[in-house]
Amino acid sequence: MSDDAREGRTAGHADARSHGDGRSHGDGGSQGAWTPSDIARARTAYRRTQRRRALLVAAVATVIVLGAVVLVVTNAPGWERARDAFFSPQRAVEVLPEVAAGLWLNLRVWIVASVVGLIVGLLLAVLRTSRIPALFPLRLFAIAYVDVFRGVPLLLILLLVGFGLPALRLPWLPVSAAFLGGLAIVLTYTAYLAEIFRAGIESVHPSQVAAARSLGLTRGQAVRRVVLPQAVRNVTAPVASMLVALQKDSGLISILGAVDAIRAAQIATTGDYNFTPYVVAGVLFLLISIPLTRLVDAWSARQGWRGQMRGIAGAGALR
Amino acid sequence: MSRASDGGARPGKPDAPLLSLRGVRKTFGTGAGQHVVLDGIDLDVAEHQCVVLVGSSGSGKSTLLRAVDLLEEIDDGQILLDGEDVANPWVDANAVRARLALVFQQYNLFPHLRVLDNLTLAPRVVHRRPRPSAEADAHAILEKVGLTHRARAYPDQLSGGEQQRAAIARALVGGPELLLLDEVTSALDPALAGEVLDLLLALRAEGTTMLVATHEMRFARQVADEIVFLHEGRIHERGTPTQVLDHPQRDATREFLRRLG
Ligand SMILES: Nc1ncnc2c1ncn2[C@@H]1O[C@H](COP(=O)(O)OP(=O)(O)OP(=O)(O)O)[C@@H](O)[C@H]1O
Ligand SMILES: [Mg+2]
Repeated sequence: MSDDAREGRTAGHADARSHGDGRSHGDGGSQGAWTPSDIARARTAYRRTQRRRALLVAAVATVIVLGAVVLVVTNAPGWERARDAFFSPQRAVEVLPEVAAGLWLNLRVWIVASVVGLIVGLLLAVLRTSRIPALFPLRLFAIAYVDVFRGVPLLLILLLVGFGLPALRLPWLPVSAAFLGGLAIVLTYTAYLAEIFRAGIESVHPSQVAAARSLGLTRGQAVRRVVLPQAVRNVTAPVASMLVALQKDSGLISILGAVDAIRAAQIATTGDYNFTPYVVAGVLFLLISIPLTRLVDAWSARQGWRGQMRGIAGAGALR
Repeated sequence: MSRASDGGARPGKPDAPLLSLRGVRKTFGTGAGQHVVLDGIDLDVAEHQCVVLVGSSGSGKSTLLRAVDLLEEIDDGQILLDGEDVANPWVDANAVRARLALVFQQYNLFPHLRVLDNLTLAPRVVHRRPRPSAEADAHAILEKVGLTHRARAYPDQLSGGEQQRAAIARALVGGPELLLLDEVTSALDPALAGEVLDLLLALRAEGTTMLVATHEMRFARQVADEIVFLHEGRIHERGTPTQVLDHPQRDATREFLRRLG
């Protein structure tokens, strides 16, 4: 198809055509059969041995470091006692159902808080960067909100919301520890997310807005169609790490008495001095956050430069 | 105000130029750092005419084009489009910009959109056209600039010349009444520059009015009805390509042409 398109153009520009062919990445197949020359084969072989050597070095280094760590830990004087107190397999199996049930609460808090935080955070960021006069009071509110909730420790917000709001005795306000704890987390994280999104919006070059406006788009259309998509793309990595942090901090609602994974583990450790439940809770958090970060990495790689490296003019392939 | 057009086929309003600048002044900065970029520019572009702006780097060509597209606020003077002063802040700037099209010196393609979507964004969002008909138009224009095979690529994946042609294509989509072109051949090899030149000549034959900034005197010579030489914020010399390029009257013009070689 591409060849037809080029063929359709004015004759007598053979130079330009072959030029275009040279530059177009990967729509070929039309070039004649090619058998690599000796030089090319030698280079390929060289690159292969280099790759093998790199792999070997990495493997040996890993084994050495891991071995050293295991030796140091297992030779520590208190290793035996620590192993029994923290890594008792039998205790782990016993407490797993309770801790997992607690983790389900963490997950729900995390999902709701993430969704609300992302949406409200983005809205606040747009609000703060908009120039609509009627929105001025809202803009002031957004600035004050972000300043306050970024500046006060999450723990303090949790205590204030968790114990302060119920004191108001508002009949319509749910007073469960999970709700109030979630609310406190949302309040704090929304402020952070708003700032990240604002940075993203401000990172889009003004010439992009000029181009959009030049095409007749209104200010709002330019923001929605040109600025925000680029802004969100620019900040996926920091936003994602914020969400991972949020997942961990969802454990703070245990302070208010909500029975989440941490609180369940805490309950399970009272009485004996076996702290295995905490380790179980930690492992469960890891089981969620590690795949999550990998997923986000993979997704943002597809969105960003890294995923497209192959196809970007000027990116090259550096050795 | 010598309008150098041949005055040939110009249906419609023969007398009122499509675009007139009157005493346009533009400065950047304030106080001691103030820098007068445009210092009382008078300029007419009649319908179907191609006016070419030349002048050394920093002489204000881009600024002038951006001011016409209402992307810069001018300090004084008038920008008359069909007789209406669009520099007035109460004029609907979006409506004016939708009638004009500017090809930016730096292209300013939208990196998050494929070439095709770069072209269809304005028709879909501004003119509320359904996607299929907008894409049909876009494909026709991509064919014109020889980019059919790159329609699904992202701007980052294009060579410099391809980006430039994509930017031209994006500007052509709305069927603008006035095309503003900023250095459209700077990134093209001679063969491609020739093609873009052919394209612009074809557009002019179709009746598109153009105001073009360029450093390429060969290009200016071929496409211009009138050449305007900007120097120190003023129009220093104007006339047909023959008058300005072959028989320059002023020292500054001669010096400028001599340095270009
Ligand atoms: N936003 C701005 N703030 C301050 N100065 C500016 C701004 N935009 C342009 N200028 C200045 O105005 C002058 C004219 O710039 P302009 O881009 O119009 O030049 P030009 O004739 O297009 O140059 P070139 O041929 O290099 O593209 C330059 O001196 C430039 O530094
Ligand atoms: Mg310029």
